Amino acid sequence: MSLTFLFFGILAVLAIATAVICVSNKNPVVSAMALVAHFFMLAGLYLTLQAQFIAILQILIYAGAIMVLVIFVIMLLNLGDEEKLREKTKYRKILASLLGIGFIAMLCSVYLGGGLGNKATSPMAITIGAPAALGKELFTNYLFAFEAIALLLLTAIIGAVVLAKRKVD
Amino acid sequence: MNDLLLTIIEVLIKGMVLVTFILLGAAVQVYLERKISAFIQGRIGPNRAGPFGLLQPFADVIKLFMKEDIFPKLAFKRFHQFAPVISMGIAIVVYAVIPFADPVKITMADGTVKEIVMGVAPNLNIGILFILAMTSVGVYGLTLAGWSSNSKYSLLGGLRSAAQMISYELSMGLAIIGVLMICGSFSLSDIVTHQKGWFWHWNIFAQPLAFIIFMVSSFAEMNRTPFDLPEAEPELVGGYNTEYSGMKFGMFFLAEYSNMATGSILLILLFFGGWHLPFPQEWLGLQTGSIALGIVQLAVFLFKLLAVIFFIIWVRWTVPRFRYDQLMHMGWRMLLPLALLNIAVTGIILFII
Repeated sequence: MSLTFLFFGILAVLAIATAVICVSNKNPVVSAMALVAHFFMLAGLYLTLQAQFIAILQILIYAGAIMVLVIFVIMLLNLGDEEKLREKTKYRKILASLLGIGFIAMLCSVYLGGGLGNKATSPMAITIGAPAALGKELFTNYLFAFEAIALLLLTAIIGAVVLAKRKVD
Repeated sequence: MNDLLLTIIEVLIKGMVLVTFILLGAAVQVYLERKISAFIQGRIGPNRAGPFGLLQPFADVIKLFMKEDIFPKLAFKRFHQFAPVISMGIAIVVYAVIPFADPVKITMADGTVKEIVMGVAPNLNIGILFILAMTSVGVYGLTLAGWSSNSKYSLLGGLRSAAQMISYELSMGLAIIGVLMICGSFSLSDIVTHQKGWFWHWNIFAQPLAFIIFMVSSFAEMNRTPFDLPEAEPELVGGYNTEYSGMKFGMFFLAEYSNMATGSILLILLFFGGWHLPFPQEWLGLQTGSIALGIVQLAVFLFKLLAVIFFIIWVRWTVPRFRYDQLMHMGWRMLLPLALLNIAVTGIILFII
């Protein structure tokens, strides 16, 4: 058993545990903090795949920026009454469980179709996680997609500014 | 397996030495803070515990340990207990990627040359991003402390800290990009090696605007005056740590001083040539990789660190605290556009050269 596999096992179990806490806990702040912990576990999983740059961006952007905003909003709103937040509709639960079963079936088919066991990492994969290799790929082979995403984000920012600028009556 | 075991032992020893130095460093900073502020205000400062009051920080720590640990009745217990741990843990974990000197080569008994890096994992190729990510996660300690205390002063302090840190993180990150463009690497070791030689190779001369933006934002990230709104005593009693007592308060205190050291270290590594002397090391006849050079570099690093910390404490008693709207105005309307401008100008100049 390799060290990577050991780390993978620990991180995977913790990731699932925090995800379950995030969904099942009734306190919104606990849920949000569990999600933050989950992002850390995901970053760890990326590290076991040699993708350091993605791992650190996961923490920097999701755990460090987006979730801080979420917590900020939860604290400002002070959502105390949990009874009001509880789901009352039945059909959503049924739909959600159906989707969940479908997802598990999909995962199983992929896993069984691809065969079990370790696959050797190619030497390319080790350098591809480093920032330099990633940047080279982004600005040569995937330049169009990169620019398209940049444009999309710019549109979103302009939209946010327009919405925030609107005078409150 | 043997190599792995050796690496683990090496990292453990380095980690223990580092943590000891972080805690001792916090004590030194507390002492300096008290003495320098006393000097600036025309007082004497601590002079009872030990010669020149040198034992004062230890007396403080013992006092904090002895105090009763009080839980507010309506506090959210789990997070109230966990928040100082987050703050302190994040403050310490950052040191994992900080290099302190060039690698030292030691000849082993069997003639093999072993290279020892000065730091736990300083050659990480995402070093600076790791530090940015960890400091951005550090906000949770303060916000959770504010929220879980269930007190209006704490909550206001927590909210302020979250808003302030999100705002200034942005200009801090963008200011660093200018330096990264020049050095062409995320690794802190590479950035410092790039500034080797005469002192005009230091990044502060190549990136003066980035230096100013980074310094101001790191003051805000450290919650130091003039940006100490999360714990403004006259308005908020004590800010996010109002409801804390004993060593849990002490942990916030330690985390704050450890963050101050981290901010100073980043300033030195990014802009002041790190551990390099202001002139080429060959002038002193020091060989690359020798133990003597390692010691000299550590001393230079420590000297620069103390100078920056002195500057930070000096600023505290020189500049008054900002008003909240001034703080936001400065972060979003001045520093952020200036940082973007800096990136654009650096890009154009690098393209021409």
